[in-house]
Amino acid sequence: MTALTTPPLKSVRRDSVRPVKRRGSGIAPPWWFAAPALVVYALVMLYPSIVGAGSAFTDWAGVGEQRSFVGLENFRQLVHDDQALGALRNTLLLTIAIVVVQNGLGLLLALGVHTTIKSRMVLRVIFFAPVVVSPVMVSFLWKYVYNPAPDAGLNAVLNAVGLGALRQDWLGDPSLAIWSVAFTVIWQCAGYSMVIFLAGLEGVPQELHESAMVDGASTVARFRHITWPLLAPAVTINVMLSTVGGLTLFTQIIAMTNGGPGYATDTLSTVLYKQAFVYGKFGYSTAVALVLAIFVAAVSFIQIGYLRSRETAA
Amino acid sequence: MRTGYRPRTFALEIIMVAVAVAFLFPVYALVTLAFKDPEQIANSPLSMPDPPSTASFGTAWESASLGSALLNSTLITVSSVLLLIVLGSLAAYFLARRASRLSYSLYILFLVGIILPFQLGMIPLYQLVNDLGLLGTYQGMILFYTGIQLPFTVFLYTGFIRSLPADYTNAALIDGASHLQAFGYVIFPLLRPITGTVLILNAVHIWNDFFTPLLYLGGSGRETVPVRVFAFVNEYTSDYGLVAAGLVLAALPILLVFLVLQRYVIRGFSSGLKG
Repeated sequence: MTALTTPPLKSVRRDSVRPVKRRGSGIAPPWWFAAPALVVYALVMLYPSIVGAGSAFTDWAGVGEQRSFVGLENFRQLVHDDQALGALRNTLLLTIAIVVVQNGLGLLLALGVHTTIKSRMVLRVIFFAPVVVSPVMVSFLWKYVYNPAPDAGLNAVLNAVGLGALRQDWLGDPSLAIWSVAFTVIWQCAGYSMVIFLAGLEGVPQELHESAMVDGASTVARFRHITWPLLAPAVTINVMLSTVGGLTLFTQIIAMTNGGPGYATDTLSTVLYKQAFVYGKFGYSTAVALVLAIFVAAVSFIQIGYLRSRETAA
Repeated sequence: MRTGYRPRTFALEIIMVAVAVAFLFPVYALVTLAFKDPEQIANSPLSMPDPPSTASFGTAWESASLGSALLNSTLITVSSVLLLIVLGSLAAYFLARRASRLSYSLYILFLVGIILPFQLGMIPLYQLVNDLGLLGTYQGMILFYTGIQLPFTVFLYTGFIRSLPADYTNAALIDGASHLQAFGYVIFPLLRPITGTVLILNAVHIWNDFFTPLLYLGGSGRETVPVRVFAFVNEYTSDYGLVAAGLVLAALPILLVFLVLQRYVIRGFSSGLKG
């Protein structure tokens, strides 16, 4: 920004000296405006991603190690790897649970605070607050809530309200742990969905509701035929964000269960991390990463296509 | 919907407040835990601390080295966000204002980065950062965040600049200003709303990020808050009061900033994603 300290406007006309190109919307800036961003982006994302995709077909075994082409060997190994297949299944289950419940709750919260209740502004702040806190800290908070001891956290609450029979080893039970993790993510992110739905609700014209009420439409009918169709863009954004978030889930797993018990909560991200930095299998790890990238890309394209068509139909 | 305060509204108010109380229960459990001594934790897990003890906070602050972690996080977050704003807005200005095949291809190239999970390039980038001697340094993290967050930043800026009329800059250029001057004095101030969004979304993301700082900064003495907290909690895992105090202290700075700037933060999160 130091170049900007000279006075901006000189009275000398310079466009005769230095030819400037005129295009559609005016005089276009030179290409080098984009150069620094492009260099950093290429260095940090494009180049490593291309090398990563290539490494998925090699037996790369560590930083500085030689790597040789092994074709589809890593993928052949992947389809016989119980940990990786379990992780794929867990990733999909977590993603579905998070997308459905987080956005469902987010919508209900948004409808609840988009009213004349007196606490509406305070409630927005409360429900949104976990979004700005690090997932590491939220995970540790819930790890305490899920304490297996019968007299701590959630178990103590269940006991106190006479539901002691429902006490669980929330993170230690292999069939329950994944849902406990999912709920932690949902608790943290429901407020994010809420504020996006709220922005959508604020764009619904009040006159539509008023004329529908004059016509005797019920609250449910007005939601179905007025609010819901007009929320389509907010639904698109929320579903996209939570899907990508679910597919790449890592921090909450590492902090709460480290993939356990057994492999019960491993996701594609935790598996590719462990394969690389615990077992040193870089080639195999990038193969898992490539599968993850293809999933994210495929889901993004399908959702953009489907949800956009819903938006235009609405 | 928005029609006065009726009995139904009151019923809804009761329901929503009850939901908020349930929602806040984990926070209540954590905060009260932080103020209890081990005996109170064992005997009365759900009650208010009586008498409250603040001993855990000092110990947690020291044990987790939270002071230096906050400095590290602040340095990395502020530098990365400044770079993102400068590089992102400059690039977006070119992409939005030049209608050529090159600029369109570049724009698409940046968009690819939004859906590209960084895990794909994680290991080659780790090796690159290692080869450049940037492992365990602030510069390595700042470079990483700038690169990883640029696609989204460029996307936000480009959309916004396209909605601005081109007349202002043309006038400045005709009056003899250079492109950089026209951008700095005329365009950049007009970008204030989207710069706010870019700042908030990137700052929150970078401040809270865990995966990469764990990888790049672990053991370097330059760990950010989430990495320090992770190590701290794993070390004192059975000392609930101490862990809770550490978590409360570590979460407090960003929560305070959020409470002060809540309107802007919520607006940033809900408006920045219209695409």
